[in-house]
Amino acid sequence: MIRTALRQLRTEAAIGAGCLAVLAVVLALTEPQLAQVNDAFQRACSAARDCATATNPVAQVDPGLATLVDMFALVAPVLVGLFFGAPLLAGELESGTFRLAWTQSVTHRRWLSVKLGLVGATAVVMSALLVWMVDWWQAPLDAGARNGFSPVDFGFHGVVLVGYAVFAFALGVAAGTLLRRTVTAMAATLAGFLAARIAVTNWVRPILAPPLHESLSLAKTGFGTLSVSPSPGTTSLLPPAVLMPNSWVYQTSVVNSSGATLSARELLQACPGYGQLAETKVPPTLAEMVRIHHDCLARLSQATYHTLVVYQPSSRFWPFQWAELAIFAVAALALCGLVYWWLHRCYA
Amino acid sequence: MTAALEATGLGKRYGRTWALSDCDLSIPTGKVVGLVGPNGAGKTTLLHLAVGLLRPTCGALMVLGGAPGSTPGQLARVGFVAQDTPTYVGMSVRDHLRFGAWMNPAWDGAAAEQRVARLGLDPRQRVGNLSGGQRAQLALTLAVAKRPELLVLDEPVANLDPLARREFLQGLMEVVAEDGASVILSSHLVADLERVCDYLVVLVGSRVQIAGEIDNLLSTHLRLTGPRHDRHAVPSGQSVVSESHTERQSTFIVRTSQPILDPKWSVEKIGLEDLVLAYMAHTPALGPRPRLELRQ
Repeated sequence: MIRTALRQLRTEAAIGAGCLAVLAVVLALTEPQLAQVNDAFQRACSAARDCATATNPVAQVDPGLATLVDMFALVAPVLVGLFFGAPLLAGELESGTFRLAWTQSVTHRRWLSVKLGLVGATAVVMSALLVWMVDWWQAPLDAGARNGFSPVDFGFHGVVLVGYAVFAFALGVAAGTLLRRTVTAMAATLAGFLAARIAVTNWVRPILAPPLHESLSLAKTGFGTLSVSPSPGTTSLLPPAVLMPNSWVYQTSVVNSSGATLSARELLQACPGYGQLAETKVPPTLAEMVRIHHDCLARLSQATYHTLVVYQPSSRFWPFQWAELAIFAVAALALCGLVYWWLHRCYA
Repeated sequence: MTAALEATGLGKRYGRTWALSDCDLSIPTGKVVGLVGPNGAGKTTLLHLAVGLLRPTCGALMVLGGAPGSTPGQLARVGFVAQDTPTYVGMSVRDHLRFGAWMNPAWDGAAAEQRVARLGLDPRQRVGNLSGGQRAQLALTLAVAKRPELLVLDEPVANLDPLARREFLQGLMEVVAEDGASVILSSHLVADLERVCDYLVVLVGSRVQIAGEIDNLLSTHLRLTGPRHDRHAVPSGQSVVSESHTERQSTFIVRTSQPILDPKWSVEKIGLEDLVLAYMAHTPALGPRPRLELRQ
């Protein structure tokens, strides 16, 4: 049975391995340049002691290729679902060859176990190789401006890709079993996988662990960006951007000790200097601007205003990766259980 | 001796329709059984139940004394050629023989290769390029090389031209002669079965109408022709299978164990085809045909 399964996997496995090999060559040829740019920057900034604020030029080396690698990491698990998962049973059911396969001296339960085990293991090995290559290639970028913990980039690297691939595979098998048509099953797999990814990214991942809250003094962060126009009612206040490398910032806001958010109106009341600034025709001097700003921050701090950051620290990146891997792996197991149950119910 | 197939109260339902109901059968081993009935009568359902591709909704089914499809050992004892002889179109003939060898511990590789050579099949040829007859022969080879005790074939010749049909059935008979395996073969054409079978099961409307040895069936079914009568005029002790009437005369096909001596009837033996057609027209659930009686 194992040899039969290997024989039937041959073509798909060869195509998959070919794609990985092409990717490996591209990554191996381009990584040295990224590493070199990053190393040069690290040496220069540690000499100048401004590593926290200086811009790492590594992100500008080949942003097109970086996007392409991200896309590959995004699409690869889907391809596993479409080409390894969906045809596994749908192909047999559609062409009628299940009547040949399941009447040899192998029970259909064992046939399914060997198929799922072997093709599933191939999917795991291939996606693990992909993770290893992509993470290695992206390491200089992660040291640069890129934030691997941001909701979108989180799913482009790390072990979670293995979870996506296993889930897409099981989803493809289950869709093929229920729908009995390869092409229909592929469409259902694509739709189901996207829905699951979007749902987990938006609603599950944010509540995996309660976020941390950090208060920062306004002297450090400023109060944000105020826009004032002479006509009344068109003021707006954007909270300050806080630099927290590789953390996932949910929200920043300027609040007082009772939790009320600073509004543009309150800001103008506390700091009338800004309102006057907007109305004067003569541009103020730099010294005058700095004085107004410092006065304002001091007054706001006195009124207990501070910047509140709600975030997941960068140290939680790998726990989050493993947790999401576990979620998708459990879902994949549940789908496999569904396939066993369905075959048992519909066939002998 | 265990029966090749023993069914009691066997039934299979898809949703709300019964594909097979109240099936009681006991087919001895060593027979070549023809399973005949119109399309949609439940032949495929019965055969899929027998090879373990389906589970019964109710009743019990034993094949060679075991539950169908339950264990690798049970699967190894039954060879199956499915309808339209499914094969993997992208694989070669040789790949299929390897598939058979890998999937069956009792595989007879030498016999399989010999058979393929005798059929003139090129082992390197992709199965997608074979003719229907060649594919059917390959499927039969796969089923036979398992060395099964029971060979089940679902409409194996339905899509073959007359020559391929004859060759296939000839090949099947050779196998039976060599191995002594029991065979269950379905068809909706009696002519296919007449040549090879010695046991007949007629399945109509999801029910078994009659089952038995063909010689026995032919000797117990007679055609009575006489002046126009309704079925009550038929001598007692006969059961009427079918009847037809014209203005002046009535024809009955009856099942009887006694000779018919009444001189008003002319009595004839009937052929297998007529016998099967009579049962296909016969619907015991509806009782005597009221339409004909009203006209009288």
